Amino acid sequence: MSRLEHAPLAQLTLARIREFGREPEAVFWTFFFPIVLAFALGIAFRERGPERVWVGVQAGPGARALAAALQGADNLRVRVLEPAVAGEALRDGDVALVIVPGGARVTYRYDPTRPESRLARLATDDALQRAAGRRDRVAVSEEAVEERGSRYIDFLIPGLIGLNLLGTGLWGVGYTVVRMRTGKLLKRLLATPMRRSHFLLSFMLARLGFLAAELALLLFFAWVAFGVGVRGSLATLAFIAALGAFAFTGVGLLVASRARTLEGVSGLMNLAAVPMWVLSGIFFSAEHFPDVMQPFIRALPLTALVDALRAVMLDGAPLAATAGWLGIVALWGAGCFGAALAMFRWR
Amino acid sequence: MLSRSSPDPDLSSALPPAAVRCRGLIKRYDDVVAVDGLDLEVRSGECFGLLGPNGAGKTTTIEILEGLLEPDAGSVEVLGLTWAHGARALRERLGVQLQETRLADKLTVEETVRLFRSFYRRGRPVQEVLEAVQLTEKRRSWVSRLSSGQRQRLAVACALVSEPDLLFLDEPTTGLDPQSRRSLWELIERFRAAGRTVLLTTHYMEEAARLCDRVAIMDHGRILALGTPAELVASLGAEHVLEFSLADGGGGLSDAELRALPGVTRVRESNGRIALTVREVHTTVPALLDELRRRGASLASLSTHHATLEDVFMVLTGRRLRDE
Repeated sequence: MSRLEHAPLAQLTLARIREFGREPEAVFWTFFFPIVLAFALGIAFRERGPERVWVGVQAGPGARALAAALQGADNLRVRVLEPAVAGEALRDGDVALVIVPGGARVTYRYDPTRPESRLARLATDDALQRAAGRRDRVAVSEEAVEERGSRYIDFLIPGLIGLNLLGTGLWGVGYTVVRMRTGKLLKRLLATPMRRSHFLLSFMLARLGFLAAELALLLFFAWVAFGVGVRGSLATLAFIAALGAFAFTGVGLLVASRARTLEGVSGLMNLAAVPMWVLSGIFFSAEHFPDVMQPFIRALPLTALVDALRAVMLDGAPLAATAGWLGIVALWGAGCFGAALAMFRWR
Repeated sequence: MLSRSSPDPDLSSALPPAAVRCRGLIKRYDDVVAVDGLDLEVRSGECFGLLGPNGAGKTTTIEILEGLLEPDAGSVEVLGLTWAHGARALRERLGVQLQETRLADKLTVEETVRLFRSFYRRGRPVQEVLEAVQLTEKRRSWVSRLSSGQRQRLAVACALVSEPDLLFLDEPTTGLDPQSRRSLWELIERFRAAGRTVLLTTHYMEEAARLCDRVAIMDHGRILALGTPAELVASLGAEHVLEFSLADGGGGLSDAELRALPGVTRVRESNGRIALTVREVHTTVPALLDELRRRGASLASLSTHHATLEDVFMVLTGRRLRDE
């Protein structure tokens, strides 16, 4: 104990941990917000079985017969619409497709960029052709598959872990540092023989104190509520998360290294975080972005971290297989820490 | 006496070494000159005060000496070391209290002092320092729950925990109630009595008069006068100050007429109040009253007091230390 008492890095780290632990709001946002988010998204995207799509038949001669023909189709629900409201219903997404009767020829009115509308067009056409007497030439049978690890929630949880590491790294550091700067506490520390690197390192080490609890809570919740498991080793997952926490704390220190006001640092934190929220494949795969953007997206620390977390959680990848991603994360952490140390404003 | 510009090695080794020595210090902020060619020498073992109004350049000066600000010109030597070469060794030996430091709200008194203690190689036990600043009972309280006097004592505790050779205090008692102020004064006196050096800034003349062995009166980044409090007061050439104002707001006596009254050495007027520096109150007052009666002027107020550092400042600058 007495050795610890005279170790500046240990004392600085303890101070960080105490200050954080005594701030109820910070604790809430760190521990419970990701759980609330996981719960909400897990419910919103839960598996609901095959969905039925609404289609509209525009009122007119032959409309009733068309509606009757569609009534029997498995995945369609039909309503008849007056011509005046048909366009509006399509625009608002109340129906995915409007069928306009016209004697021998029917017209499908829909937006081909909407997957739902394309599905509706195929199902409608199939039902109408069958009703008109088409016969299938190939015999088919279906086999439904639902594999754990391939659901949306399985994809989402590693993303949320990454997102939380980013959030606590930025917001946990940024405001604290700026408050210490405006309160002239940084200047006061500068007047002691304290090593500047110790001060910055204490933020990174303090994150570890909370990381274990943070990670365990989210994983436990995901397992109990949605049956999300971890295929790979927990130790590997914890190591990757710790590396991520280090890196994002480094980013946070860099963001806070010059700012003089809370508003200023808040803007910078958003500037750092928002691109990663959007691009790094938290809520949907980053593959959706155009090829030209991919090298940039892949170089972001959150993309690399989430890819590594998913590889371990979903595919059971060993640590060695994630080395490339972890290299990117570590490089960001070390680079930001060094830059922060060099340009840190102490007064 | 030998002149200061040609130091004799034998003589200087006989004197106690200077704790702080600076020459030609200049610091500008944009177009404002905060410190304007300042020379200063603080002797080892003395309590030295920089006395001046807000904006006189006291804080800038002390922060340059603390190694927190870079001067635009001039040389600084603290405890025989320079900031360029001995910064780390120097920091180990200095205790610093800055103006308005917000210590971490959610740490306790004891945790705060222990944190500061951990930065230094040698120092005093935390409990002993808390005892010295009378915060032992509060040691488990969060900083956010302390009164301003207690916070200030905690700031001083953080400066004392390293057992410094030289203590810098920047307006240590500003904004404190009289009782907190007195208890801080006692703390500083005890530190000084242990043979250590203190450099403090203040705009309270009674604080400078009570605590300081020597005082430098500062204004506009320059030192206007330097000496022991008694020497500075004696430099007025008189020991009393007589202040009066007239019912009709002036229109009484001219400067020359006042100066001609017996025992008057200086005359000063501000906002209709006339202050006379006098050698003996009992000869000047009757003469003044006679003169006023002869002219039919009536007094609105009349008061006398022993000359203080405040009066020295008034004489030097024509202004008061604090704007009331």
